[in-house]
Amino acid sequence: MSEFFTISVIVATVAAGVRLATPYLFAALGETLGQRSGVLNLGVDGVMLLGAFFAYWAALEHRNLWLAFLAGAAVGLVMGAVYAVVTLVFKAEQGISGIGVYLFGLGFSELLYRQQVGTPRPAKSLPDVRIPLLGRIPKVGDMFFNHSLVVYVAIALVPLAALVINHTRFGLNIRAVGETPEAADSMGVSVNGTRTATILLANMLAGIGGAALALELGTFQQNLTNGIGFIAVALVYFGSWRPVGVLAGSLLYGLLTATVNQFKTLGIVTGGTASLATAAPALLTIVALVVIARRRAEQPAALTLPFVRGG
Amino acid sequence: MSVASNHVYITLINTEEKHTMTKPHQFSRRRTIGAIVAVGAALAATGVVSSGASAARPESNGDEFTVAAVLPSAANDLAFSQSMVDSLDRLTEAGVIDDYAISENMFVVEDAATAIRAYADEGYDLVIAHGSQYGGSLQEIAPDFPETAFAWGTAADTFGLENVSGYTASADQGGYVMGAMGAMLAGDGSIGIIGPIEVGDGKLYVDGFEAGALSVRADIGVGINYIESFSDTALAAEAATSFIAGGATVLSGTAQMTVGAIGVANESGVLWFGTNSNQAELAPDIVVASQVYHWEVVLEELVNGIVDGDLGGDTYDINLANGGEVIEFNDEYELPEDVLAAGDELIAQLSSGDLVTGVGADPAEGTEPTGTEPAATTAAADTTEA
Amino acid sequence: MRARLQLDERLSGPLVAVAAVGIAFALGAVMIVALGANPWEGFTALVDGAFGGQRELADTATKATPLLLVGTGICISFRAKVINIGGEGQVLAGALAGTVAALALGDLPRVVLVPVVLLAGLIGGGTWGAIPGALKAYLGVNEILSTIMLNIVAAQVVNYMLRDPLIDPAEIERGTRIPQTERLSTNADLPVLLGGTRLHLGVVVAVLFAVAAWIFLWRSRVGYRLRAVGSGPDAARYAGINVPRMTMLALTASGAMCGLAGAILVFGSESHRFVTDGSSTGFTGSSGFNGIVAALFGGLHPLWTIPAAVLFGGLLVGANAMQRAIQIPGSLVIALNGLVVLFVVASVDVRKRLSRASAKRAVLAAMADSE
Repeated sequence: MSEFFTISVIVATVAAGVRLATPYLFAALGETLGQRSGVLNLGVDGVMLLGAFFAYWAALEHRNLWLAFLAGAAVGLVMGAVYAVVTLVFKAEQGISGIGVYLFGLGFSELLYRQQVGTPRPAKSLPDVRIPLLGRIPKVGDMFFNHSLVVYVAIALVPLAALVINHTRFGLNIRAVGETPEAADSMGVSVNGTRTATILLANMLAGIGGAALALELGTFQQNLTNGIGFIAVALVYFGSWRPVGVLAGSLLYGLLTATVNQFKTLGIVTGGTASLATAAPALLTIVALVVIARRRAEQPAALTLPFVRGG
Repeated sequence: MSVASNHVYITLINTEEKHTMTKPHQFSRRRTIGAIVAVGAALAATGVVSSGASAARPESNGDEFTVAAVLPSAANDLAFSQSMVDSLDRLTEAGVIDDYAISENMFVVEDAATAIRAYADEGYDLVIAHGSQYGGSLQEIAPDFPETAFAWGTAADTFGLENVSGYTASADQGGYVMGAMGAMLAGDGSIGIIGPIEVGDGKLYVDGFEAGALSVRADIGVGINYIESFSDTALAAEAATSFIAGGATVLSGTAQMTVGAIGVANESGVLWFGTNSNQAELAPDIVVASQVYHWEVVLEELVNGIVDGDLGGDTYDINLANGGEVIEFNDEYELPEDVLAAGDELIAQLSSGDLVTGVGADPAEGTEPTGTEPAATTAAADTTEA
Repeated sequence: MRARLQLDERLSGPLVAVAAVGIAFALGAVMIVALGANPWEGFTALVDGAFGGQRELADTATKATPLLLVGTGICISFRAKVINIGGEGQVLAGALAGTVAALALGDLPRVVLVPVVLLAGLIGGGTWGAIPGALKAYLGVNEILSTIMLNIVAAQVVNYMLRDPLIDPAEIERGTRIPQTERLSTNADLPVLLGGTRLHLGVVVAVLFAVAAWIFLWRSRVGYRLRAVGSGPDAARYAGINVPRMTMLALTASGAMCGLAGAILVFGSESHRFVTDGSSTGFTGSSGFNGIVAALFGGLHPLWTIPAAVLFGGLLVGANAMQRAIQIPGSLVIALNGLVVLFVVASVDVRKRLSRASAKRAVLAAMADSE
């Protein structure tokens, strides 16, 4: 155990934790927007997988990382449009249609990968960028200020999201539509219009999150996300539907996963106990939620309820 | 229409929609049964009509030798499953078998069992259960098909059944050779090995690699990380990153999720040794060599036996001696002469039996390891606990 | 005129569902063509593989069994407005409990051992559902979060158990260490109902529990209270119903159904061992998720979930047969699965709207008649 508590190991672990948190953060921020407006999307993992594949493929064919992220975002938008139709027009049961999106994304991303790429050829991956000045701070600099650009973007999205939700008209609409859609409707706010916007944004962010994952690894494989999307949905609840809370949850989860991984690398846990260690981040997240959150927000009142005017 | 009627009309509609708002689960029972019955009838009807459908896959007849393989991961995973598919391709090209069918991604054990049973039922001459988790199912299925030959790997158990053969890979041999070469190339750095679950040929490989490295330099740092998954690419990448951050200059690993690790190694300029399939194309700059599984070496023997009427009962092993394992060096990597020579020497010694890795039990001989390396193994234990 | 309207109404529902599945299959056919295979051959192989013979029908029924049980559990929990996506973990928990029971009790006579292991499955899964239930009821922890996390925990606990405490001693002896238990007592094998097939008692058990769930939900006081909570928690509270307790009950009952499915999966399996590949879906076959879909197909009603599960099970079995027949990648099967789910889920509202439109027409007709 003592091998873990050395400065270099801890620095590396924290850095890894920040890096690992990034895909969770993108997806969870998107889901937060969606859920604040009353829409639950359990298909996030599927959208992330599709975003990951298209980003990987773009990076492979064109060696351009910007294009790759664009591809991931575009796929997210397309899936968002599909989900918007299914949810808002067809008013499908959201918990279940999400599973459909997940299964589709899981299978289709793998199918495309198998047909278009075949073997796991490495693509251009994200270079680390050291932030001037801050990046030079010993230890702390390595932990927080020497990551790829997407990490910084993800973290910057947090205050941006908070700003939008709390201080813009759009954000007001989102919150109104999520809490009291009938009242919002009577005030002239387009409920389904607002929800369409949040669904599109949410799925786009999920696509970007998947792209971030694929480009960080520089490769793609079936089920690359391995459940990240589901955990991201869970983190929205953990964060009480607030971007800052979601950031905290993502960092916590990333950090715990990085720590467990480090334990395995150092041989602190081996064999069967390593399996139990793998479960630790999930278990500890529940514990953390119970222990830490005292004043927990209620979920948006209209979450998962389709809106029908005149009801 | 009177105004009162209009009012009634509107109220009715409003009530219904309110129900929709608060009771989103109000499904019409009658409609749903109707739907289900209709779909079911349609399907059943087509079922009746189609019961004679010919398939795209090969049918087994007296002349053709057809093989079916059930694989636990993707056929193009550049690892365990692909190694079998590649071998089946080579067998078909060589004319040893006439055609083959595969079911890939059978990670659900029950689905794999259904597939094995279905292939046997359809008359394939040889059904290969390519995954150690399939053994329990095979044990139950094989007795039901005494005319069909089955093969199971990697495993040395044939359950005492006449129509089951087992095949294993002495992955530790290639691991040993490459571990030794790795230690020579590591410089001041350490070695990191990434594995899935500590089982089967993966475990043999990891242990062999470690033993080989320690045989060259007993004090070299060797880290082993079993990430508890055959598929979590991101976690494998993380494991690689951790090793590199801890000073590793040579990495290796087994199973399909190592693709993630290879990517990380490529980015950091750290060397990689691969196994199962030739992984050089993934990272031509840093992949030194790969231990490639040539299952066809033993499968050919197995197939010939079946043709002669012997459906099984033996176990086969691929190793350096019989050419079932081949260390394929990456042409694009400039390997120093002395390292190459040392590697070749080790290959020769392991092939001839002069040297034993000292890892695991030797399945071909069925005896305890008689290795000359017990000291290295003990040193290995010390290093990992340090 | 009324008669004609009623006819339209009755046809529109099934037609829409068939259309939904048809659209999904059509898209699947496009994908198959793009892969260079023959879609007609593929789909006939699918239907043949699901319903084309005794063995196939048995396979379909066996595949449908966990779907039915999980789906029944979902029917119960959704009626109380509780979303239970912890099915994967609860199935594993039940499988584990059943396995431990079988290992501990050895060779008790079959009439005792089989019910005992199934009961253990119920208890194991019920416990794994009670945890998020209690967390939600008494600590306000959202069940989506807790069930997702507990799915992960369950998968890893199973991995640990199969690699350490419960591993087949023969594996340790041989040094192969395949993570599986020993071949469990033959007295725990679920009896086969039809010789020569794999149709086992679990199918009957599942149907019985679906019926029991129906009785529970609509013919018992507790069931009524549960549904009341689902219709409106505030109104239920005013009526004196203990909402947190009902929430916990919903998750526990739902988990118990999943746990039973898990036990049946182990003791009705080909290998009669508890074996997996390290992931949760390697054992469950995603029945924890697909069961949710089956419940939806069945209108969240336990009895109609029975044919829904059979159909969905047939789809899954047939799709694997299709994969074998025309040698397409397995991932197409998964994608097709997702498409069917999406379209059928979307079609539910179309059916509702058509029925509403018919109802409006009927009201108008009634009013016209009355004038």
